[in-house]
Amino acid sequence: MPYDYQPFDYVAPRGLTEAEPRHPVVIIGAGPIGLAMAVELANHGVASVILDDNNVVSVGSRAICWSKRSLEVLDRLGVGEACVAKGVTWRVGRTFHREAEVFNFDLLPEDGHKMPAFVNLQQYWVEQYLVERAQAVGTDLRWKNRVVGVEQHADHAVLTVETPDGEYQLAADWVIACDGARSPVRGMLGLDFEGELFEERFLIADIEMQADFPSERLFWFEPTFHNGQSALLHKQPDNIYRIDLQLGWDSDPEVEKQPERIIPRIAKVVGHSDFTLDWTSIYTFQCRRLRKFVQDRVIFVGDSAHIVSPFGARGGNGGLQDVDALGWRLAAVVKGQTPATALDAYDRERSFGADENLMNSSRSTRFMSPAAGVERLFRDAVLHLAARADFARPMVNSGRLSKPCTYPLDAPDDPSLPDGARPGSVAPDAPQGDGWLIDRLGGQFLLIAFGEAPEIPGLPVIRPQPNALVIRRWLGSEVTGLYLIRPDQIVAARWVQATTEEIAAALAAAQEGRT
Amino acid sequence: MSHLITTPNMADTDGFYASLLAAHRGLTEAESHALNARLVLVLANHVGDRKVLELAIALAKDGAS
Repeated sequence: MPYDYQPFDYVAPRGLTEAEPRHPVVIIGAGPIGLAMAVELANHGVASVILDDNNVVSVGSRAICWSKRSLEVLDRLGVGEACVAKGVTWRVGRTFHREAEVFNFDLLPEDGHKMPAFVNLQQYWVEQYLVERAQAVGTDLRWKNRVVGVEQHADHAVLTVETPDGEYQLAADWVIACDGARSPVRGMLGLDFEGELFEERFLIADIEMQADFPSERLFWFEPTFHNGQSALLHKQPDNIYRIDLQLGWDSDPEVEKQPERIIPRIAKVVGHSDFTLDWTSIYTFQCRRLRKFVQDRVIFVGDSAHIVSPFGARGGNGGLQDVDALGWRLAAVVKGQTPATALDAYDRERSFGADENLMNSSRSTRFMSPAAGVERLFRDAVLHLAARADFARPMVNSGRLSKPCTYPLDAPDDPSLPDGARPGSVAPDAPQGDGWLIDRLGGQFLLIAFGEAPEIPGLPVIRPQPNALVIRRWLGSEVTGLYLIRPDQIVAARWVQATTEEIAAALAAAQEGRT
Repeated sequence: MSHLITTPNMADTDGFYASLLAAHRGLTEAESHALNARLVLVLANHVGDRKVLELAIALAKDGAS
């Protein structure tokens, strides 16, 4: 069943008739990233205004693959369980060359996590849940409010906003630009968006049909049903399937957009014409980023800061990790608990994350869409060998799916503790009775203790039940352990044993963005 | 007994693949051929075992038209 788009109400903003007081935070863009940002800030006690130039959720499914880490973040925001309940859970990807399966991957081979490896869910559903949540936490959501000007001042920024009833000005201590890949705000500030454009086009289509494709990611190199090109199929809820078809750079997007061109192509993929087109689009591949995500009083988050080519699900998921890294820090700055220099750590960490995403998606793109000559030669050689020798199978690159990076923190570490829980990593989840460890983390700094815990004022201590998975993921062969966990559920520092002073120093360094 | 490893034997295959393509960037087709040839000779010397090399040649030729 296609999604029933319900427009949100435009209400004439106060700023049209009287000067509004300066807001602590104004967010531009009510996509998944802007909405998540508002809810995350609200969870930290900071109210925000969201401005959006439209008045409906995402048209078309757009971002559909939500990673385990994103689901954990969304869960902290109060919509994770709804996303899992509505979405299609999957963890296995299969890659074919012509008819034969040449490579497969299992993204979460081990149980014992609250959230699955991936959930496919149309962006409009995620946005709907987040809008409901943002409204529930009191976010000032302003539809049909288009930002047409940005002026930077020493300690604030002033936006010029266009509405159906005219223009008004809105001042904010901090502006968060979540206005997407084409970010008008980036343009208004005259910022370079550095990187590369790949000479490739893909057709993307959502179709509605009754079918029993498995809940797996299916990718084909050179399938017989799509001559010489690549194809991808994902299952979504409501009998909607996502199909991506490589078109090549020589294709004419205007021609390829026509349903009479699209329907026969899709019919060859699914083997019949018993489907309806729900949404289609044609896209090119780009890998670009801003050099700095914090530009004075304007902070870039999500696609406005960095764009990657698809096939790694690193766009929306990367954006939610930006939200994760920024929310608690900006809230502390707004509340005067830490100097604004703490935001440098957002820039540093998410630049690292963006670069990892860009590297992976550039590599996948080169494999999927090799330049003529030697790139093509090696790509075809890998596919040829993959059918004959196991070693070539992991070289087949149809996308390396989003995993959270481990931030390179300069923080206390004891490498005798398990590698997967080293500083900079997402705190590993594990079962706890009827619940999950991850549910007990987040929102504030806290200490996870195995054994004795020194007392630090304002730092709650959590003592997990030491079941087998907890021991494997958190202690390894050690008997004691202390982990300092950040509000974004990232391990900030860890010790086998530590003094009060050592923990307090690591806490201050993490709060101030020095690690 | 000589044995050709055909199971994955390398960490970070994506990194190796990227570095291989980077080595070819900006080369003409003839220059790329020459680079590949030199690379095969260097790696063959590293492998050293003649029987393994024969197995490698046979695997590379398999199915090629």
